[in-house]
Amino acid sequence: MTGQDNPESDPFATVLGAEVDLSRLRLRLLAEAERDGLLDVVYRTVDAPVGRLLLAATRRGLVRVAYEVEGHDTVLATLAERISPRLLKAGSQLDAVAGQLDDYFSRVRSRFDVDLDLRLASRFRLTVLEHLREIPYGGTASYAAVAALAGSPRAVRAVGTACATNPLPVVVPCHRVVRSDGGIGRYVGGDDAKRTLLRLEGAI
Amino acid sequence: MGREPFEVVVERYGPMVLRVCWAVVGPTLADDAWSETFLAALRAYPELAPDSNVEAWLVTIARNKAIDQLRAQSRRPAPTERLPETIRWEEHDAGLDLWDALRRLPQKQRETVAYHFLAGLPYTEVARLLGGNPASARRAGADGIASLRSMLAPSAQEERSR
Repeated sequence: MTGQDNPESDPFATVLGAEVDLSRLRLRLLAEAERDGLLDVVYRTVDAPVGRLLLAATRRGLVRVAYEVEGHDTVLATLAERISPRLLKAGSQLDAVAGQLDDYFSRVRSRFDVDLDLRLASRFRLTVLEHLREIPYGGTASYAAVAALAGSPRAVRAVGTACATNPLPVVVPCHRVVRSDGGIGRYVGGDDAKRTLLRLEGAI
Repeated sequence: MGREPFEVVVERYGPMVLRVCWAVVGPTLADDAWSETFLAALRAYPELAPDSNVEAWLVTIARNKAIDQLRAQSRRPAPTERLPETIRWEEHDAGLDLWDALRRLPQKQRETVAYHFLAGLPYTEVARLLGGNPASARRAGADGIASLRSMLAPSAQEERSR
């Protein structure tokens, strides 16, 4: 090892140590990846009264909404594993969804008009998610009622699991499923988030 | 355990790859070489073996794209020199002086300097990329850095500006 191997003393330290701004190159990469069909998953976050939400979409539609308590990095790692590691921070791809969420939290929108990719739910859980969309804004339904709607009246616990593992909370309204005894029940985003959403919708 | 999101790769290695591209192809073509590198990497990423050395993999792609850029440039009429937009210089002059010095190095020395000193690849990896053995890579790196240092020494710069 000679002194010349020491990067500290190499001639680049002064010039190429300068800050690198990749924002323009990142935009170009996103555009070229989209053109070539390589943008498998894109994501962004939105700030909401229930904390910061992570939004992720595939070419089919919105695939994941995640609360901060779920750990956004963990959620992204899972998406890379289960869907595709070709996962990049979005440019404008998710602006429309983010706008609808803003409207929802400002009480100017009561339903979401976005394409959904429900590939992260399967079988009975998927059936439950499809029926959750029938519970109207401002309303609630009991776990037992949802089980009946889904065609398996005795699968009350499985409805609870389907809600707890809902990949698209807020947009697919599992927060409208409450306990028959009047309690609001558990929620993937935490009990406070559930209460916030139900109050926002005027359901409690 | 699968691969990390590609976003993490861009975040972690993007600046390094840009410096490598800059050193091999110069300020004018560096952005194009970077863009082609990351687009090709994104395309191949799902097939990359999970235990791969991502850094060495990226530098290999960057080298191929940089060489493509240099070949394409030699077929084009000489472009007008423009300032790099992506790397923000503390002093613009220092950046241009450095590229001016780098372009005078033999290509093997210039590439060795880029892959070892900028990308941080060990000489064994550099030798694998450029051919030859680690000892000759080490020599090329040392010679390249020594030439750069003498070209960029304040006295040499005064000499050249006269």
